Amino acid sequence: MPLPVVRIIPRLDIKGPNLVKGIHLEGLRVLGTPEDYAQHYYEMGADELIYQDVVASLYERNSLHEFISRTAREIFVPLTVGGGLRTLEDISAALAVGADKVSINTAAIRNPELIEQAALQFGSSTIVVAIEAICQPDGSYLAYTDNGREHTGVDAVQWARKAEQLGAGEIIATSVDREGTGDGFDLALTQEIAREVSIPVIAHGGPGCVEQVADVVRAANIDAVAIASIFHYEAVSKMHSSHLGAEEGNTEFLKSGRTSKAITPASIDQLKQHLVGQSIPCRMRAGG
Amino acid sequence: MKAAPRVQIIDYRLGNVFSIQQACRCAGIDAFVSDSSETLHEVDGLILPGVGAFGNAMASLQQLNLIEPLCDAVAQGKPLMGICLGMQLLFDQSEEFGVHQGLGLLGGQICRIPDQMLAERKLRVPNVGWSEIHFCDRRESEEVLMGIPDGSSMYFVHSYFAQPTDASDGLTTTVYGEIRYCSSVLRNTILGVQFHPEKSADLGLQFYRNWAQGL
Repeated sequence: MPLPVVRIIPRLDIKGPNLVKGIHLEGLRVLGTPEDYAQHYYEMGADELIYQDVVASLYERNSLHEFISRTAREIFVPLTVGGGLRTLEDISAALAVGADKVSINTAAIRNPELIEQAALQFGSSTIVVAIEAICQPDGSYLAYTDNGREHTGVDAVQWARKAEQLGAGEIIATSVDREGTGDGFDLALTQEIAREVSIPVIAHGGPGCVEQVADVVRAANIDAVAIASIFHYEAVSKMHSSHLGAEEGNTEFLKSGRTSKAITPASIDQLKQHLVGQSIPCRMRAGG
Repeated sequence: MKAAPRVQIIDYRLGNVFSIQQACRCAGIDAFVSDSSETLHEVDGLILPGVGAFGNAMASLQQLNLIEPLCDAVAQGKPLMGICLGMQLLFDQSEEFGVHQGLGLLGGQICRIPDQMLAERKLRVPNVGWSEIHFCDRRESEEVLMGIPDGSSMYFVHSYFAQPTDASDGLTTTVYGEIRYCSSVLRNTILGVQFHPEKSADLGLQFYRNWAQGL
């Protein structure tokens, strides 16, 4: 009896015209244009894609629409879009330009009824609740908003259960502590949230190598992993030349050609082959 | 070269049809989105999309006065592809949030995926993700499956599945935990797919192209 296939989801953090990557959701480096990465990951067998506008919530703007609609015409796997979605109208607009699902964090914590209303209007399967958790000195986890900047006092695990009750279709569990570090997923956080809910859980934040991805799949009953650094640092060499003209943001990293020491880059295929070798089922690319 | 088939994506206010439109474009289908019952008879084919709850979907189709015209068009041989909830609506009835009557174009019931444990893990419901489709006996040479290998992965999002009364309506089956359920049906010109071919990468687009060939 086969276990369900673990979905491998490249996550693209987007700031203005650039794909960026930070540590603890901060200190963003420019890696290239999101279009190039999105198309590359689609061709390489990504099971879904996540686009996150990392500054939308801060500046209360939503600038991803044009990018979503351009890429959604060519990419035929599910697209989840997050960042700065505050109202039913915002969600409706993101879906209308080609998102299949939306992820909400800040607005949902401020106004939990938004989850209920959105699930009713657009269907539960469209509504993903993103939980940005930070471990507290007593070992509990609190949910934060605005890319881990704003304290809410809400217990992350209880919030996951409440989000499910309100009609969320999936949960993205982000460890802000681990995000971008390469230290591996926060296994305890992921386990606790995956135990608490019966809807699918996407683990996010921390992996620096393929082994750490296998670790979280073995440790917790998760359905998917969202991955940025491992894939981005593998793909960056293929994107490099197209982006030397970047005029906005921290492009020092791109120009230096260095890679991050904490990250062992891998392609989607390499990750899936590793997981399959560990008896973790993955969808392999047709003809790949 | 044959003119692009013209297809109406039936708009009943449920679900997002953007990706269906894009897949149609890639497959050489001239698709438009409309809730008009008048165009149902004029087009080469119909797509019934759907995300959300069965009862709401039927209520919405009823409110738009689409049920009778749709069933008439299909009875007269108009090709119809129901996707996800749109497949489930083809059947007699569903047990989702009470018993609801469906379109009754195919005999059968819609049932909830049962709770299951697998390797000490509770299987998720809804089932969200990629699962393999396996061809039913004697269906492997159907035109709509051309170029799609048996066991190909397609993208699913569902908590319910169809149980056709007539097993020969089944086109493919899919395994989730301990159950093997009907993941697509084909009876004459009526096609239903529980998965989302428009979200299933190249092989999903191939499915659209194959369907377009028969229009």
